[in-house]
Amino acid sequence: MEAGEQFILEAARLGELLSALAHQGYEVIGPSIRDGAIVYEPVHTVDDLPRGWTDEQGPGYYRLRRRDDDALFGFNVGPHSWKKFLYPASHRLFTATCQQNGTQGAFRIVEEVPSRQPRYAFLGVRACELHAIAILDKVLASPNYTDPDYKRLRESTFLVAVNCTQAGATCFCASMGTGPGADSGYDLVLTELLEGSHRFVVRAGSSRGADVLAALTTRVASAEERELASSQLDHAAAHMGRQLDTGGLQALLYRSYDHPHWEAIAQRCLSCANCTLVCPTCFCTTIEDVTDLSGDHAERWRRWDSCFTTAFSYLHGGSVRSSTKARYRQWMVHKLAAWIDQFDESGCVGCGRCIAWCPAGIDITAEARALREAQAAGAHAP
Amino acid sequence: MPKPAKRPKLAVWKFASCDGCQLSLLDCEDELLAIAGAVEIANFPEASRAVVGGPYALSLVEGSITTPHDAERIHAIRRSSRMLVTIGACATAGGIQALRNFKNVREMTAIVYAHPEYIATLNKSTPIKDHVAVDFELRGCPVNKFQLVELISALLHGRKPNIPAFSVCMECKRRGAICIMTARGIPCMGPVTQAGCGALCPGYERGCFGCFGPKETPNSHSLSTIWSGLGVGEQDILRAYRTFNANAEPFRKEAESHEREHHQDH
Repeated sequence: MEAGEQFILEAARLGELLSALAHQGYEVIGPSIRDGAIVYEPVHTVDDLPRGWTDEQGPGYYRLRRRDDDALFGFNVGPHSWKKFLYPASHRLFTATCQQNGTQGAFRIVEEVPSRQPRYAFLGVRACELHAIAILDKVLASPNYTDPDYKRLRESTFLVAVNCTQAGATCFCASMGTGPGADSGYDLVLTELLEGSHRFVVRAGSSRGADVLAALTTRVASAEERELASSQLDHAAAHMGRQLDTGGLQALLYRSYDHPHWEAIAQRCLSCANCTLVCPTCFCTTIEDVTDLSGDHAERWRRWDSCFTTAFSYLHGGSVRSSTKARYRQWMVHKLAAWIDQFDESGCVGCGRCIAWCPAGIDITAEARALREAQAAGAHAP
Repeated sequence: MPKPAKRPKLAVWKFASCDGCQLSLLDCEDELLAIAGAVEIANFPEASRAVVGGPYALSLVEGSITTPHDAERIHAIRRSSRMLVTIGACATAGGIQALRNFKNVREMTAIVYAHPEYIATLNKSTPIKDHVAVDFELRGCPVNKFQLVELISALLHGRKPNIPAFSVCMECKRRGAICIMTARGIPCMGPVTQAGCGALCPGYERGCFGCFGPKETPNSHSLSTIWSGLGVGEQDILRAYRTFNANAEPFRKEAESHEREHHQDH
């Protein structure tokens, strides 16, 4: 097998991939339908996948719809992102006990017997999500500041990417340069072909990906099949539901600090934090120390937090960002501008989750455009 | 563990309420023995008639102030309590009985009672904080027993209680629940309601009822606009804010704005 060589896996044989991953000790997590949405949960067989389903998305709107075919990955991203597994919403950092006898009230951290760490295989990681994971890697697993729990989980995770052959109404990965095709960071990448026989074009992106691929019943993809897969990605790229003009955006946002448009957004913003919690790159957490009633047992928990809460910016005397305007501006300017100063890239991958799952339907691409147009109008004003 | 020589005294006080919040303390079951071990329960009408005299380290106050007698009684309790914590929607916002605040109470007593002249009641049902200084408010209708145990644990050990003022949405998302308003179009009070219940109703595909009252910096007006878009009428939006926390200021003001619009419509 040559590096980058493309193979054909018949859809009827996709179960071989799940079996091969399970055989190697991976817990396979993939898309499945629950409570009216396509979410990421453990999948055991191909029947757990959302065969024949798609989603219809818009600002503050998400609905499942039936497709007229048997596509297994014929939808776009839903409310969950992979950070749910790599960086769980609630995570106990340690427990401590207080020995009354001897140490007189001093707490000691209990050395925990390491439980069996899950080894995940993520099935159906979209190109934007690969970029989101790469962003989390930079934030949480850089050599200088490493989150050991994240790093351990991340290094053992096997990534099966799926190229997007259709773009959703809230998608704008093409603007962010993060999709719709997966360029790197995967172990295997699939492109689903529905014309003719239902099959996948498969390519390995790592040696462990190549090992899994070698265990599957495949044949070499024809030039026509490779071309078909490629043209479908071009089609998706050309049909993005949304666009974000990133040209000069960082400077534009910094210049807009005092713009009245932030107040207009705040009239709609609920400061409910949904946008940050569905965002695949928002990584902010809070720390909670708890004791039981006896006071002899303490635990420290890390939980997902959000810059939309007042406690997030609470310093001595009060919250730094007490207004909703200040909190929305903080989130958007950090995501699209300050992130570049911090991490040399945008914090947005164009997945559109913050648009779809905002109850008020606030659209980050529309707000960026409004600020740009307002500034342009201001520049030309007499 | 060896018990401290003297356990702090905990008292539970009842004002105008259904007793549901007191029952949440009894409902602690697994933790109840630990609570009884950590504190001396000095007054707890739902559990025992025995009353131990004050002063009390911690008073949990249930219910709202609705009578002249209660308006006096709460001051005596405050004076004999080192910490005073209000529990539940009645004590923190006036409760469901605060619906009287939007009507003429004399007209209502005349309808309900054969001899309204015997009824000594105030025109308004008000939260405890309108009468005395309150050290902490625990929300909910009823309160959540885990939050109650967390609060008692924190106060006993002199640490900050982990009781956030953010939205129910935070709890929904942390537990991986799917937003019922976005994915199903079900009207939900979650985005303006304080967390604490564990996102109970949305977890069962029911919209949040707002039992825990307004969250910090709520944008009720924006939520009402969303509800209108989902086809909810003015009268039903008004009713959504006029429940257990009707007298909490952000909900009261939002309801009043729909009352005006409703009257203008007719």
